[in-house]
Amino acid sequence: MILKGNAWKFGDNIDTDAIIPARYLNTSDPQELAKHVMEDADRDFPSKMKAGDLIVAEANFGCGSSREHAPIAIKASGLQAVVAKSFARIFYRNAFNIGLPIFESEEAPDKISEGDVIEIDADKGVIRNITKGEEYAAKPIPPFMQELISAGGLIEWTKRRLKAS
Amino acid sequence: MTITEKILAAHCGKKKVSPGELINAKVDLILANDITAPIAITEFKKIGAKNVFDKDRVAFIPDHFAPQKDIKAAEQCKMLRDFSKDYDLGLYFEVGRMGVEHALLPEQGLVGPGDLVIGADSHTCTYGGLGAFATGVGSTDVASAMATGECWFKVPESMKFIYFGKLKKWVGGKDLILHTIGDIGVDGALYRAMEFMGETISSLPMYARLTMCNMAIEAGGKNGIITPDSITEQYVKGRAKRGYTFYSSDKDAKYVEVREYDCSKIPLTVSCPHLPSNTKPAAELSHVTIDQVVVGSCTNGRIEDLREAAEIIKGKKVHPDVRMIVIPATQQIYLDAMKEGLAEIFVTAGAVFSTPTCGPCLGGHMGILAKGEKAIATTNRNFVGRMGHPESEVYLSNPAVAAASAVKGKIATPDEVV
Repeated sequence: MILKGNAWKFGDNIDTDAIIPARYLNTSDPQELAKHVMEDADRDFPSKMKAGDLIVAEANFGCGSSREHAPIAIKASGLQAVVAKSFARIFYRNAFNIGLPIFESEEAPDKISEGDVIEIDADKGVIRNITKGEEYAAKPIPPFMQELISAGGLIEWTKRRLKAS
Repeated sequence: MTITEKILAAHCGKKKVSPGELINAKVDLILANDITAPIAITEFKKIGAKNVFDKDRVAFIPDHFAPQKDIKAAEQCKMLRDFSKDYDLGLYFEVGRMGVEHALLPEQGLVGPGDLVIGADSHTCTYGGLGAFATGVGSTDVASAMATGECWFKVPESMKFIYFGKLKKWVGGKDLILHTIGDIGVDGALYRAMEFMGETISSLPMYARLTMCNMAIEAGGKNGIITPDSITEQYVKGRAKRGYTFYSSDKDAKYVEVREYDCSKIPLTVSCPHLPSNTKPAAELSHVTIDQVVVGSCTNGRIEDLREAAEIIKGKKVHPDVRMIVIPATQQIYLDAMKEGLAEIFVTAGAVFSTPTCGPCLGGHMGILAKGEKAIATTNRNFVGRMGHPESEVYLSNPAVAAASAVKGKIATPDEVV
């Protein structure tokens, strides 16, 4: 899987209230949620981002609540992936469970500038900065997470398990 | 093994588990609320399972936007009600019988020592106060577990936090956990188990233990946990609806990090905007004027919390420029507060005394902040926009500091008021 898009930069500890504020959680309609993605981190973000773009953030992305609405809002808005130095653990689970590609990299967030064209080779774990002509390593995706991805998410994985038992 | 490892091992049929190991474990209880259950229900139906794995081990609690704050919230709550009827769930709590989930389930004896609990709510870690392994997950995790009764986990590394020394007056569980988060940061325990122990914890009452474990997530922790003891036994005796097991860490259990705190030096602590780790002594914040005070939530909405706030505010008035909102976390606490005269103390002082709800804690309803307004709250998060407008501010404190601040109209310590 190759993902290519323009980078939007965010800082440390982007919490789930910033990704999708609770005032919009009286619905779980992905398209409604997408209208407000990252709104409390950057008020203009929903209008200026384009489908296919990528988020590049610092440490502890997705901290705070367990709301799956956060990765859902990101995915439904058309953002292709999130690269961060680290992810909060519930967000990490949720992203794999619903099929939002996320990548951990120490180096990439330091080197990537806003607007850089980024290409991620998910299978090789390589993040290429087309604008700057650089390459950064992404942490390998753990085997179980790869199993979830290839099953098409946790629900499909659970279906298979129930069928097998 | 640590207590966390022992509980996980017991739930996946293994004699031993080690940090980093991936396991599929049986869950004792699954919970979701009116924000997270709708997605769980939709995903559960995609699996095609005829029934939930055990109708008495799936709890649906409409508490966040309930009593239903608007039409959309009402539709979401209705999904919980309809599903609970269709699938004959034994643990659905209707408005009027519900409470803030993490106060309600321990109170009703539905979670207990040695349990493995998952909830589609990040503060599920609260039950570690009882000596359970409890952690927040997403809605899809809940959907899968509703069908199978199992959930996947990576066994976490454990961090040991030792508390010793006598607590200063008015300093409690909230101050200890805010101080700890201030020390290690909002990702200081990322992916890890936080085990709280030491002489101060051994004498800490159950409500304060629940408060501490409740906020393990604010340090990035997978779970917070306290070894069950006689205080735990006293709390669960006659209350537990299922059998329970006391686990404790072995003497040679391994910890990635050990931290010690001299509690006699921990001050009344406040987290300033916009991170729980941004802590300062309350005494240094007397310049901060406030517009709203909230006493309640899964962190500090228990009867002891209300007693503490009432002790401060009794016979006094809420400052003319301040709105004070007191929210007992469950119907039982609401009743107890009425019987004990606490409700009258609050209302006489000029405060609101509300029905149980998460309400303002997450900026849902029942006390939303306008642009530029500041609140001090006994809740658990102070992120940008958490209680309302993105340009409002939330300070986190214990109930006594919140009540003292309500009287003064600015952040204050209890000694300035009583």
